[in-house]
Amino acid sequence: MTKSELILKLSESNPHLYQRDIEILVATIFEEISYALECGNRVELRGFGTFATKKRGARTGRNPRTGDSVPVSEKFVPFFKTGKQLREKLNH
Amino acid sequence: MAEDTLTRAELTEAVYEEVGLSRNESAELVETVLGEMSNALIRGESVKISSFGSFTIRNKSERIGRNPKTGVEVPITPRRVVIFKPSHVLKSRINSPQDK
Repeated sequence: MTKSELILKLSESNPHLYQRDIEILVATIFEEISYALECGNRVELRGFGTFATKKRGARTGRNPRTGDSVPVSEKFVPFFKTGKQLREKLNH
Repeated sequence: MAEDTLTRAELTEAVYEEVGLSRNESAELVETVLGEMSNALIRGESVKISSFGSFTIRNKSERIGRNPKTGVEVPITPRRVVIFKPSHVLKSRINSPQDK
């Protein structure tokens, strides 16, 4: 399922809403989650899952082609943990 | 940087402000979005949200685990897990320098 398929599905089940509004709705949800992560905050959606960022310390990497050492600076990576309810529904 | 948690309540409020529906309907729609995404995953489909990331299902076969406290071996049953792969857009947003 892609974002546009999700929007289509929501428009079908909500014929009283403009598709434009559903597009804004979906965009707002993912923008809010992205922005929270950007600020270093957690996102907790009970039953679905939680998003958080994890710190990856600075390290010395290597260029796989040349074998040269390159410094890799500290960075943050987004991380998702599946919620309990969704995990159970996947495996019942 | 203050550690805050975004929940359904904040998502509902943002939708209420951006879309202009009632708070009740905004809350229901947030729930529907999460529900549709969950249902797709439960059906075994992946969910791809451009410029955000994709959720895919991975099948794990049975393996032997160990209770870390007692050391007793226990079989871990085969299961399906969700893998989230963030998009490049999201990854770079998280690492772009900014005032927080």
